[in-house]
Amino acid sequence: MSTRGFTGRKPPEATRERLPPGQYLTDDFPVLQIGPNPRIDLAAWSFTLREGSRPLKSWTWDEFNALPRTRWGGDIHCVTKWSKFDTAWEGVSFDALLADAGIEAPTDFLLAEGYDDYTTNVPVTDLAGGKGMVATHYDGKPIPTDHGGPARLLVPHLYFWKSAKWVKGLRFTKRDEGGFWEMRGYHMYGDPWREQRFIGD
Amino acid sequence: MTDPDPRPLPWRTATLTAIRPITRRVKSYRFQVGFDRPVLAGQHVDVRLTAPDGYQAQRSYSIASAPAGDGTIELMIEGLPDGEVSGFFDAVAEIGDTIELRGPIGGAFVWRPEDGGPLLLAGGGSGVVPLLAMLRHRAAAAPGVPALLLYSVREASEVIAAEELAVRARDEPHFQLMLNLTRAGGRRVDAAMIAEALERLGPPRHAYLCGGNPFVGAVADLLLDAGLDPARIHTERFGG
Repeated sequence: MSTRGFTGRKPPEATRERLPPGQYLTDDFPVLQIGPNPRIDLAAWSFTLREGSRPLKSWTWDEFNALPRTRWGGDIHCVTKWSKFDTAWEGVSFDALLADAGIEAPTDFLLAEGYDDYTTNVPVTDLAGGKGMVATHYDGKPIPTDHGGPARLLVPHLYFWKSAKWVKGLRFTKRDEGGFWEMRGYHMYGDPWREQRFIGD
Repeated sequence: MTDPDPRPLPWRTATLTAIRPITRRVKSYRFQVGFDRPVLAGQHVDVRLTAPDGYQAQRSYSIASAPAGDGTIELMIEGLPDGEVSGFFDAVAEIGDTIELRGPIGGAFVWRPEDGGPLLLAGGGSGVVPLLAMLRHRAAAAPGVPALLLYSVREASEVIAAEELAVRARDEPHFQLMLNLTRAGGRRVDAAMIAEALERLGPPRHAYLCGGNPFVGAVADLLLDAGLDPARIHTERFGG
């Protein structure tokens, strides 16, 4: 069923091929978050891997920045419909974190936890094998606070609410536990190419 | 937090039943739509338009109406000159049109009467729309909850629901309006303005901020500077 009188502005085919269903291209970098920017002191910053409530490994800011670094470039997709092409990120891969901790992932699921108490769930298989990182740089510079700096999760093949801002750690969970948005009707997995915005999509 | 509603959120065909001008650029659109769950004040809907060749465009818009049992919702949409969807509403949409809607959406930027107050609302430009839903709901369901709206716009002609807000401020004993015009000698929201709002309202139990990112970011920082617990500050930003 078409909408009477709507023709729209269909983007060129080269753009359409890169846009998941229901998305549009923006050159901006919109900011979306549930509350204020948290105030984070780098001297007190830490990043912790946990299994349930048990800490497995923790890094200070200096220790974190001494870890091997990785880069990723490509397109990101927000559930609020915007997509941004050719973004460039740098940080520490999930694989490098596990390697430095000297562990294997103890469970198949985890919750990313932010300094603002935001949480979001990601399966381990969507972070391992170079698929996800904790990013500290965007476009060659430290990530601005508005975009999740000093460090945010980056899982670019899922809707961007999974790429938690101001991340302070990853908590492995036995089951796939929903995080903040997932407990408020958003999809547990969030694949933009399958348009998994909400429960049941 | 209760368990999420496990039901899928289907697209529904809504009928446009009324259109009225709000400001020079903003119009109100009322839809008859059969959602399967109640609307909460502060939520939004997704709108999907389909071209004859199947091309679709989606956008999100805040609900302006208070939760109502009559199966209608009101959206207020600013017709942006280059807006693919907002431009359609501004120039093409007519009463009787059918439009696909999906919702209600969002469980973070919502206020329920049992959440209580005092309630500090801060809106920039069309960011006032979900706050209007909260004020309308509060007036009907919990008029004793103290509330203050700090509403910042460029100039008087851009004030959304200007008359309604003025009448509420006059007639509702527990509602105060602080209108801030940033042009014509005015200024952006600053620490003194926040201090005045907090003085007039008392310590807020909840603060809801909505607008463009610079406005919301600035007000959130000012509220943190004033000592508010970040967990009490809810934000919704548009742009993009």
